[in-house]
Amino acid sequence: MDLGTFLQFLAAGLTVGSTYGLAALGFTIIFNTTGIINFAQGEFVMLGGLLAVVFMHWLDPGLPAAVFLAVLTTTLVGLVMERLTIRPVQHTSVINLIIVTIGVSITIRGLMMLLWGKDTYVLPAFSGTTPIPILGATIAPQSFWILGITLLVLAGMRYFFSRTIFGRAMLACSFEPKAARLMGISVERMVMASFMLSAFVGAVGGAILTPLTMTSYDVGVLLGLKGFAACILGGLGNPFGAAAGGLLLGVLEAFGAGLISSAYKDAIAFVVILAILLWRPSGLFGAPDTERV
Amino acid sequence: MFRRLLAVTTVFVLGTFSVASAAEPIKIGAILSATGPASFLGEPQRNTLLMLQDQINEQGGLLGRPLEVIIYDDETEVNRAVAAANRLLSRDRVVAAIGATTSGNTLAIMPRFSSARIPLVSMAAAERIVKPINPWVFKTPQSDRHAVLRILGHAQALGFSDIAILTVSDGFGQAGREVLQELLPEFGMNLVADEIYGPRDTDMTPQLTKIRGLSPDAIIVWGTNPGPAVIARNRVQLGIQTSMYMSHGVASKRFIELAGEAAEGLILPAGRLAVADQLPEGHPQKALLLEYIQAYEARFNAEVSTFGGYAFDALQLIVEAITKAGEATPQAIRDNLQQISGFIGTGGIFEMSPEDHNGLDEQAFVMVRITDGDWELLVE
Amino acid sequence: MKSSTLRQLAPVSAFYVLVLATPTLLSYDYYYLSILTMAGIIAIIVMGLNLLLGFAGQISLGHAALFGISAYTTAVMTATYGFPLAVGMLSGVGLTAVVALVVGMPVLKLKGYYLAMATLGFGLIVYIFFNEAIALTGGPSGFVGIPQLHFGGFTFDSELSYFFLVWTTVTVVLLISLNLIHSRIGRALMALHASDKAAQSMGINVARYKLFIFVLSAIFAGIAGVLYAHYLSFVAPSSFGFHFSVQLITMVVLGGMASLWGGIAGTVFLTAMPEFLRAYENMEVIIYGLILILCMMYLPQGMAGGVSKLVALVRRRLGRA
Repeated sequence: MDLGTFLQFLAAGLTVGSTYGLAALGFTIIFNTTGIINFAQGEFVMLGGLLAVVFMHWLDPGLPAAVFLAVLTTTLVGLVMERLTIRPVQHTSVINLIIVTIGVSITIRGLMMLLWGKDTYVLPAFSGTTPIPILGATIAPQSFWILGITLLVLAGMRYFFSRTIFGRAMLACSFEPKAARLMGISVERMVMASFMLSAFVGAVGGAILTPLTMTSYDVGVLLGLKGFAACILGGLGNPFGAAAGGLLLGVLEAFGAGLISSAYKDAIAFVVILAILLWRPSGLFGAPDTERV
Repeated sequence: MFRRLLAVTTVFVLGTFSVASAAEPIKIGAILSATGPASFLGEPQRNTLLMLQDQINEQGGLLGRPLEVIIYDDETEVNRAVAAANRLLSRDRVVAAIGATTSGNTLAIMPRFSSARIPLVSMAAAERIVKPINPWVFKTPQSDRHAVLRILGHAQALGFSDIAILTVSDGFGQAGREVLQELLPEFGMNLVADEIYGPRDTDMTPQLTKIRGLSPDAIIVWGTNPGPAVIARNRVQLGIQTSMYMSHGVASKRFIELAGEAAEGLILPAGRLAVADQLPEGHPQKALLLEYIQAYEARFNAEVSTFGGYAFDALQLIVEAITKAGEATPQAIRDNLQQISGFIGTGGIFEMSPEDHNGLDEQAFVMVRITDGDWELLVE
Repeated sequence: MKSSTLRQLAPVSAFYVLVLATPTLLSYDYYYLSILTMAGIIAIIVMGLNLLLGFAGQISLGHAALFGISAYTTAVMTATYGFPLAVGMLSGVGLTAVVALVVGMPVLKLKGYYLAMATLGFGLIVYIFFNEAIALTGGPSGFVGIPQLHFGGFTFDSELSYFFLVWTTVTVVLLISLNLIHSRIGRALMALHASDKAAQSMGINVARYKLFIFVLSAIFAGIAGVLYAHYLSFVAPSSFGFHFSVQLITMVVLGGMASLWGGIAGTVFLTAMPEFLRAYENMEVIIYGLILILCMMYLPQGMAGGVSKLVALVRRRLGRA
C-alpha cells in the first residue's frame, strides 16, 4: 500500500470517526452525571444536521446562522428532555431511565419525520468542495472542518472540566454525588447542564458532518450505536477515551473496508472491539471500577 | 350486560351493512412502507394510491361501485407486513391487493395471498417475486435484469470490458449484484472489483480508492439514496475520471440535488417518467406521464417519483382487470390480469401472460445522462 | 421442591384456561390471533431475558441474533437440505445453545454497559453474516420456502392451530421458568443479582450460574426462533437486528423486571399496540414513543408493579367499604 492510499483511508476513517467521537462524548457527559446511557444521543446528532437544513429552508439566514440556530435549538431540546422526562422521575432505577430515553428518541424521530418528511437532505460545504491534494491523497475541505471543530470541542471540554468552577462541580457529581451535594453543589442543575452540554456536542457533530454525509430523520440510530460503541471502547466515563474510541472505530472501519472486505467492514470493527473488551474489560482508557449498573 | 352489548353491536353492524350494500365498495388492499427505512419509496406510493382512488371515484367508481383502497403501513418491517396481510385477508376481505414496497416484505406476504387465492401486485423489483411464477403474484417495477441489460449494452457500445461494481448491502443492492455477476460474463466483460457498502454508510472513499487501484473501464453503482450521492461526491473528491453508471434506484431529482455538481456526467437507466417532457411527441406513454406528474405535483406539492409510478401501475392494472372482467372477484381479477396486453402504464407498456407476471422488458428503460443538473435523454 | 411445583401449577393452569378460551373470546378473528401468535413467540424470548436480566441481573443485546441463528438454522436444514422438521428444529435450538455457550464463556466476565456492548457487538456480527452469506441465508431480501410444521398427520397450517401451538409452548416455558426461580438456582440467581462478590462468598459459583442462565435464555430464544421460521415460512435479516434486541429489553423492563407474568404482559402490550395505532398513520410513531415514556415514568416497577399496586388499592377500598 502506497502512502497516498494509506492517507486516503486514514482521512476517511478520521472524518467518520470524529462524529462517532462527538456522539460518544455526549454519551459520556450524561453518563458521568447520571449513570445512564442516553439513547437519544443519536437524535441530538440528527437534530444538529436536519434542523440546520430546516432553518436554511425556512429563514434562509445563511449557513453559519442556520448552524448556530440548529445547535442552539438542539441544546434547548436537551434541556426540555431533562426537565420533562428525567427530573420528575430522577429516583427511579437506571434501566427505567434508559428506556425513557429510548422513548424520547423514538418520539423525536417521529416528530422530525412528521415535520420535515422522510427524504434525505444536504447542506452546502463550509468552504467549497474542491479537494485538497496531500501526498498523493485527496481530501475534501469539509474533512478539515470536521477534524478541526472536533479537536476544538475536545479542547473546550478539557478546559471546561479542569478550569471552570461549573465544570469541576459537574465532574464532582460524577465521582461522588452525595459528597457533591454536601459541598453545596446542586446535582439537579448539573444533570440539566449535562443534558444541554451533550445535546450541544451532538448537534455540533451533526451540523459539521451533514455537508459531507447528508442527513435524514433516521440517521441518529446508527450514529448513536457507533457512538455508544466508541465510548465503551475508549472506557466509559472518560471523555477523551470516548473521543479516541470514536476515531479508532472510524479508522478500523475505513481500513477494514479498504484492505480486507467492504462487506464485512462493520463486522471487522466489532470483532476488534470484542477482542479489546476481553483484553481490557473496562475499555482502553477506562478506570477499572466505573461500572454502575 | 355483555350479551346486550353484543346484540346492540350486531344490530348496528348489520344496519350499516345493509345501507352500504346498495353500492358496496370494491375493496382493494395495499401494504406499503410509508415509514421506516423504505419510506422514501412508500410515501409517494401511498400518495399515488390516495389520488387515484379519488380520481376513480369522482368519475363514478368501478362497475358502478365506489373503489375503496385500504392502505396499511408496514414500517418496512417483515412482521408488520405479515400482520397487515392477515388483516387485509381475514378482516377487510379485499378482492385484490397491492404490495409490498420492498422485495423482502413481498416475499414474506406472498404465500399468504396465494393460499388465500387473492391476487397480489407487488411494487418491489426483485426477480424472485415473479420467477418462478406464482399464479397469484404480479409486479409492476421493471426488473433489475432489464436495467442491467441497458447499462451493459451501453457499456459494450463504448468498448468497455473491465467493470467494477459497488452495491449496497440491502435487498435492492443484492438483487442488482446477483444480476450483474450473472450477466457481465455473458457480455464478455470482466468483473474486476465487487465492493459493498452499507445503506447508512457516509464515506465510500476506501472502496473507491481500492477500485481506482484496479483501473477499470467503468464503475457500476447499485443503490438508492443517499449512498449513491455520497459515492458520486467521493468520486469527484478522489479525482476518478472513470465512467460511472448508476442504477434506476436513483432516477429522481432528489439524487441530483444531493450529489450536486458531482452528479454531472453520470449515466443511468430510468423509467420514462423522469424524462416525460423530453419524449418525442406521439410516444404512447407521454400523455399519461405528463398527466400523472401534473396531478401529483398539484395535489401533494412534492416532486413525483418513479416509485409512486409503481403504485400507479399496480392499481391501474387491477382496475383494468376488473373492468375487463365485469366483476370484482379475486379469480376473475387474476385471470384478467394475466391477459392484459398493450396496457400503457408509467413504467412501460405491459404485456402480461400466464408465464410473465411483470409484462415489461428492457425497452421500459431509457438511458439518461445527468447534464446541467437535469436528465438528458440519450438517443439510441 | 415438589410443593413449589404444585404452588405454581394453579396460576399457570388458570393462565392456560385463558389461552384456550382466547380464540372464542376473540370470536375466531384470525387477524387478532395472528398478532397474539407473534406476541407469544416473542414472549418466549422475553421470559428467557427476564430470567437473565430481571433475576440474574445480566443484560444481553444479542438475543435477537440468537433468535435469528435458530430461525435460519432450521430454515436452511429443512428447506435447503431437506432434513426432517424435527432434525431442523432440534439443530436450530441446539446450535443456538452452543453459540450461547461459546460466546457466553468469555463475554459474561464483563459487566454492565460493557456486557451490553459485547453482546451488542456479537449481535451485529451475526446480523452482518445473515446479510452477507447470501448463498446460505438468501441475503438481505430473505429466505423463502420454509416448510410448514407437521407432526404425524397433522399440519399446523391454520392461524388457530399455530396459536395453540405457540401459546402451549409459552405456558410450558412459563411453568419451567417459575419453578426455576422458586428453586435453589433461583435463590442463587437473586443473590448474584444483588452482588457478585457477596454471592461468591456464600459459595455460589457465580460464573457457572451466569453461564447456565445465559444458555437457558438462549435455548428459549432458540425455541422461539424455530417457531417463528416455520410460522412465517420466511425469514429476513431485518427481523434479527439491533432494533429488535432493544425492543426485547424494553418489553422486559416495561413488563416488570423480575416478573415473568409482567414480561408476557409487556410483550403482548408492545406487540399489539402498533396494530391498534394503525389509524393514526404518521402519528403512530410519536404516540408509541410517548406511551413508552409515560409508562416508564409512572410505572417504575413495570406493568407487573402497576397491577399489584392496583390490586392493593382495590383491596384497601373494599376493606373500607
